[in-house]
Amino acid sequence: MTFEYAPAPESRSVVDIAPSYGLFIDGEFAEAADGKVFKTVSPSTEEVLSEIAQAGEADVDRAVKAARKAFEKWSALPGAERAKYLFRIARIIQERSRELAVLETLDNGKPIRETRDADLPLVAAHFFYYAGWADKLGHAGFGPNPAPLGVAGQVIPWNFPLLMLAWKIAPALATGNTVVLKPAETTPLSALFFADICRQAGLPRGVVNILPGYGDAGAALTAHPDVNKVAFTGSTAVGKAIARQVAGTDKKVTLELGGKGANIVFDDAPVDQAVEGIVTGIFFNQGQVCCAGSRLLVQESVADEVLDALKRRLTTLRLGDPLDKNTDIGAINSAEQLARIKALADTGEAEGAERWSAPCELPDSGYWFAPTLFTNVTQAHTIARDEIFGPVLSVLTFRTPEEAVAKANNTQYGLSAGIWTEKGSRILAVANKLRAGVVWANTFNKFDPTSPFGGYKESGHGREGGRHGLEAYLAPSSPEGTR
Amino acid sequence: MSTVERLTVLKTYKLYVGGKFPRSESGRVYEVSDSKGKWLANAPLSSRKDARDAVVAARKAFGGWAGATAYNRGQVLYRVAEMLEGRRDQFVREVADAEGLSKSKAAAVVDAAIDRWVWYAGWTDKIGQVVGGANPVAGPFFNLSTPEPTGVVAVLAPQKSSFLGLVSVIAPVIATGNTAVVIASETSPLPALSLGEVLATSDVPGGVVNVLSGRTAEIAAPLAAHQDVNAIDLTGADADLARDLEIAAADNLKRVRRPQAVDTDWTTDPGTDRLTSFLETKTVWHPTGSLGASGSSY
Amino acid sequence: MPTAPAPAFADAVASDRSLRRFLHGLPGVDTVGLEARAASLGTRSIKTTAKAYAIDLAISMIDLTTLEGADTAGKVRALGAKAVHPDPTDRTTPRTAAVCVYPDMVATAKEAVAGSDVKVASVATAFPAGRAALEVKLGDVREAVAAGADEIDMVIDRGAFLAGHYLKVYEEIVAVKEASGAARLKVIFETGELSTYDNIRRASWLGMMAGADFIKTSTGKVGVNATPANTLLMLEAVRDFRAQTGVQVGVKPAGGIRTTKDAIKFLVLVNETAGSDWLDNHWFRFGASSLLNDLLMQRQKLSTGRYSGPDYVTVD
Repeated sequence: MTFEYAPAPESRSVVDIAPSYGLFIDGEFAEAADGKVFKTVSPSTEEVLSEIAQAGEADVDRAVKAARKAFEKWSALPGAERAKYLFRIARIIQERSRELAVLETLDNGKPIRETRDADLPLVAAHFFYYAGWADKLGHAGFGPNPAPLGVAGQVIPWNFPLLMLAWKIAPALATGNTVVLKPAETTPLSALFFADICRQAGLPRGVVNILPGYGDAGAALTAHPDVNKVAFTGSTAVGKAIARQVAGTDKKVTLELGGKGANIVFDDAPVDQAVEGIVTGIFFNQGQVCCAGSRLLVQESVADEVLDALKRRLTTLRLGDPLDKNTDIGAINSAEQLARIKALADTGEAEGAERWSAPCELPDSGYWFAPTLFTNVTQAHTIARDEIFGPVLSVLTFRTPEEAVAKANNTQYGLSAGIWTEKGSRILAVANKLRAGVVWANTFNKFDPTSPFGGYKESGHGREGGRHGLEAYLAPSSPEGTR
Repeated sequence: MSTVERLTVLKTYKLYVGGKFPRSESGRVYEVSDSKGKWLANAPLSSRKDARDAVVAARKAFGGWAGATAYNRGQVLYRVAEMLEGRRDQFVREVADAEGLSKSKAAAVVDAAIDRWVWYAGWTDKIGQVVGGANPVAGPFFNLSTPEPTGVVAVLAPQKSSFLGLVSVIAPVIATGNTAVVIASETSPLPALSLGEVLATSDVPGGVVNVLSGRTAEIAAPLAAHQDVNAIDLTGADADLARDLEIAAADNLKRVRRPQAVDTDWTTDPGTDRLTSFLETKTVWHPTGSLGASGSSY
Repeated sequence: MPTAPAPAFADAVASDRSLRRFLHGLPGVDTVGLEARAASLGTRSIKTTAKAYAIDLAISMIDLTTLEGADTAGKVRALGAKAVHPDPTDRTTPRTAAVCVYPDMVATAKEAVAGSDVKVASVATAFPAGRAALEVKLGDVREAVAAGADEIDMVIDRGAFLAGHYLKVYEEIVAVKEASGAARLKVIFETGELSTYDNIRRASWLGMMAGADFIKTSTGKVGVNATPANTLLMLEAVRDFRAQTGVQVGVKPAGGIRTTKDAIKFLVLVNETAGSDWLDNHWFRFGASSLLNDLLMQRQKLSTGRYSGPDYVTVD
């Protein structure tokens, strides 16, 4: 007899999704100037959740004007008052966290276990953290009276919609900037619910403006001449386009882009925890994480043992209804992303890597991809170099710590890395040599508002989180310009 | 007794690349004049290949320099100040010629430049504590952020302040462990080329600083596009050039420091801004947990 | 019934030194990672049919225990009756796996469960401290076996273990195993006293190499007894031991598991770590007493739809 878990779905009734939503500009919901709309669907069922106004250039201009107008008063508020708005927002997010978790799971496709236990607690914590900075900026190491930049144009991705919003909006508001934010076209809902939270918190109109839309709206926003600060999280290709676009302007830019993180397992690793770390590293949020540990570098002497344990573990992953509280692996965010994952996995096979997928039944509707790993991968394989952004792990082996570090660093990216060993000095030596912004030793994919996050090399510019995260939203203390 | 006025020995100015003093591989030179148009010397007119060689040298030097202890880097930078002090008269003369300053004004500039090396020498083992530290994460983890050098930095030195400005842009880059490819002031490259001679005798490992002279735009273009350059300081570029270089730099997402809109007064307190421009923050997590299985909180 | 060490371990058990090398060569345990995994499995939501299955399974896995100085024949008889008919109002309720008593109560317990398949387990080897001469401990075991014990729950010499005398601990288990004869041997580590997870993993392997049929967390007599994390760790050990030797060993968390919610969390640990082969009272037990009534109340709730109360389950 086997222990079958009965369905345990989280109730959908805690969230009330309206049939349509407008753009949130100057404290009010409005239709797009050209009347365009788009549909947002649930990736696990392909059900249409709502119809959303689609921002265009005219709307961007209107939102930037609203943010500019609001900037004067907002930036002049005493920091302690700005702080209280942010504390209010944090509290309301906590109060409404079940609703927001269900909403995010519906719109994004990720398991409720993650939105409930990871996304939402981190969102609230982020607002709490930066709320406290608002009246302490003179002590943050950026001079006695650091000044806000003005209007921040922010473009965020679909993998952690509300968390990325928090990472962008919380420090921007704490430092006295006003915001125009464009959520991703496949996940606009939580940002629109956040607009309602701003209303409940009594935030002055125009301080936060939300513009659902596509890449053209994002480009119009980052290109807008009256935007002083550009913050982008997304693909490296778009990041580079933004870097070119802002060349020669005074806009300050932070970019959080792609990654191809190496998760290095040494022969003296705590194996059971390492296996959990590998799973968390690449299957958290279906691998749609820029800091995913998508390359497993395992010491050859323990490769078989680790892979056997890993495969055994992957067979226990539960893929299915994201709203079921026992689901570990949810849906891929969009048909487009699923196609990309499939294409790269096929390339892996075509290039001679050995494919293994966890035995699990994929639902008939929606966008799904079984947890997959590739062995016999070398640095020359496409799947060892290109970011897949899906539940696909490339397994490589190494013989010595030097080789491990050389392979880990052999990428244009530099966002994250993992180290698994019980030897303390090796952790420090390897961490020291890795060219990555976040190094997780004997753990993986841990996040905290106090902990700076961001990449080396083509993984981006600047850091989000912690005291470091303030810098992106403050005018430099010297007269010289920098970004 | 008739006296013949002694003919002075002129210096052949050369590039400083990988700790050596090569001529430009192109074999080209250009005339350098003082502020009144009097010929001073021929300076190497660097080519894109010289830029490429300088990047190779800077990359080769990066691991050792970044990996040196901060204390050691501080000692080396202080040694530069010592060596400069000994060659003070030479630099006063070169700066006076280059910038058209009186001897006393040029002396003040050189003194300020020497003092700036001392200032940055003291920063090497302090910046990590100022901009790094432990982060109080909400969980059983030790979490530490540490600044690390970005890598190879292309530096367009200021066009006007041929020595104090030059020192003010090089010293912070290498103090934090980066290596530099420096494009000297186009019209006044001689103090920069002479600085190379000082660096060569100051325990600065070869390749940590590489000095190129020539047409700024010509040398900067391949550096801005170079995939093995991690950052670029556009201080010496005008607005148009700066924009073009910033666009080229986007190809591998170089860290870009834009030129300031107005002329900088290089004598003022530089702060930490230039030190932090070419630093990456690395954050390392490690579990802490309880001492034993019985001390846990479940 | 293996009483000698598996040949694979002959070299490892040659001396204290070789045994230390072997045990210290096992993979380390990261405390935070282990506890996080246990906590994460603890968030599984077990509802309706799955809950009914889990409750019955948990009842069938209980070693219903009384280990008090004040134990009397009357108390033990009542315990036996409860083990055989946990819920007198509902005959579909499964029996518990065993009753667990001191050696001098084994005969009484045997009578109390006679005619059922409920086993009698006896703690032995100078339980709970284990501070006695080997001969005294073995005498304890022989008395229990002679009185009819089906299972022996021994304690290891924690002092010897912590002092690094692994061979002494090993040899004592081998001797007790021999003295137990046909009775199945559960080896109690007293995980709370071993203190670290590394020690718990080493003790698990030491016990299994010496012939344990079950490895068991604790006596219930110290501050920290069974926890999700130490049980998860021991489940990993039996899983790995079977993969390496082909020999399956059972696991028994004991002490501190009082609610249905807790018990179900442990069953989830079993299911997702060792696997369904262990979801049977031959391979997994709960050492508990008050847990049974909570399971019974939850069982009544599932069948009637009403919340039950303590007056609707028997107190013994």
